[in-house]
Amino acid sequence: MPSLGADMESGVLVEWLVAPGQPVKRGQVVAVVETQKGAVDVEIWEPGVMDRLVVQPGTRVPVGEVLATLRDGEARPAAAPAAPVPAAPAPAAAAAPRPSVPVAAAPVSTAVHVKASPAARKRAEALALDLTRVPGSGPDGAITLEDVERAAPRAAEAPAPPAARAAAPADKQAAMRAAIAAAMAKSKREIPHYYLGTTIDVTRAQDWLTQENAKRSVKERILFAAVLLKAVASALPEVPELNGFWIDGAFRPSAAVHLGVGIALRGGGLIAPAIHEANTKSVAELMAALGDLIQRARTGALRSSELTDATVTVTNLGEQGVESVYGVIYPPQVALIGLGKIVDRPWAENGGLFVRRVLHATVSADHRASVGHRGGLFLAALDRLLQQPEKL
Amino acid sequence: MNQADIRRALIDALSSVAPEGDYDRLKPDRPLRDQLDIDSYDFLNVVVRLHEQLGVDIPEADYQKLATLDSAVAYLAPRVGAA
Repeated sequence: MPSLGADMESGVLVEWLVAPGQPVKRGQVVAVVETQKGAVDVEIWEPGVMDRLVVQPGTRVPVGEVLATLRDGEARPAAAPAAPVPAAPAPAAAAAPRPSVPVAAAPVSTAVHVKASPAARKRAEALALDLTRVPGSGPDGAITLEDVERAAPRAAEAPAPPAARAAAPADKQAAMRAAIAAAMAKSKREIPHYYLGTTIDVTRAQDWLTQENAKRSVKERILFAAVLLKAVASALPEVPELNGFWIDGAFRPSAAVHLGVGIALRGGGLIAPAIHEANTKSVAELMAALGDLIQRARTGALRSSELTDATVTVTNLGEQGVESVYGVIYPPQVALIGLGKIVDRPWAENGGLFVRRVLHATVSADHRASVGHRGGLFLAALDRLLQQPEKL
Repeated sequence: MNQADIRRALIDALSSVAPEGDYDRLKPDRPLRDQLDIDSYDFLNVVVRLHEQLGVDIPEADYQKLATLDSAVAYLAPRVGAA
């Protein structure tokens, strides 16, 4: 069961989209999992052949549990008789860390932080025992081999997880509130935030977009939000300390900008799925990606990578009418960019006074990963890019 | 097509993006955005639907004229040739 966000503890396997013996390729959607934030398409990150589907649909399983095993289709010599038992079944989708993107393991599953001796871990794995449920008697509550052995028979007797029912809307809302509460409390507990803000003149950028949209049909029109996302994604590589993850006491920058976008869900709730490789997309492509993401976020059809990959998040609360928003960082990310409402304001420039359309942009950043000076450079870059919208 | 038809088409378009809105209690002279909690992306979809349903091409500069139910009907009526 993949961790689809720092706040996720378990998920319900809704459906398998593959069958044992079926070859799968990297990035393929293999299962649907119901989370506190709705149904998510789970992708697999290693190619191979589906071996065994361990978890039955309708079952709630904790994060980190093996959902299915995968065998390496190519490693087997073609002439060899079909071996009934694969040499080394690798945990599928779910448990397998994505090899090329170290940050994929980032979403902090509780299992990662369990203190246990290597022997205890090995034994627990052999027994398919969830270490998070084992009381530890070692130093700092670490789990020892004896603890695992003690817990093993009890685990075997424990009743099977109850079959999941489709959660009622009220339950879902409560679950989502709980998920947000857990992530935000963790953020405020662990991340030393610092906050910066600056007012940016967006008159030129808006005029430019108005001209662009005049050439477009109703369906092809671009929202100013897409222009802002483009500017944010373009400015981030200039200050890489804001883009990446803080994991296990160290900052891991990300080369790609996977831009998390805060999307309010109808009936309450918030979700911040990622637009992948946002820095390589054009404004029009970002608009298409944003529309697609909003649509799918609201209908509950997001992909697992979209929920786990965001390297930084943007919140555009200006949409709801507030002029400034200083957000709470979504762990293990290290920055959150806030965009306020666009308003007409008197603006002094070159000794003259003008009425300009301005926006208050903010950055909340993790002081362990960056210093205020660098955060300031990001806002300066954002301002500079928005003054030359035609170059975005 | 009369004003009632336009009002119906408008409600149809709005309810397609904000299905949980309370359309019976919608105040016709108050901003739709606040009453239905729709954002600019929803609004864009409303404009697209009105274009499909009524064949009206609403330029971006006129979006503000669709702020309330009354103002939207008043704006759309002459454009769809309503009596």
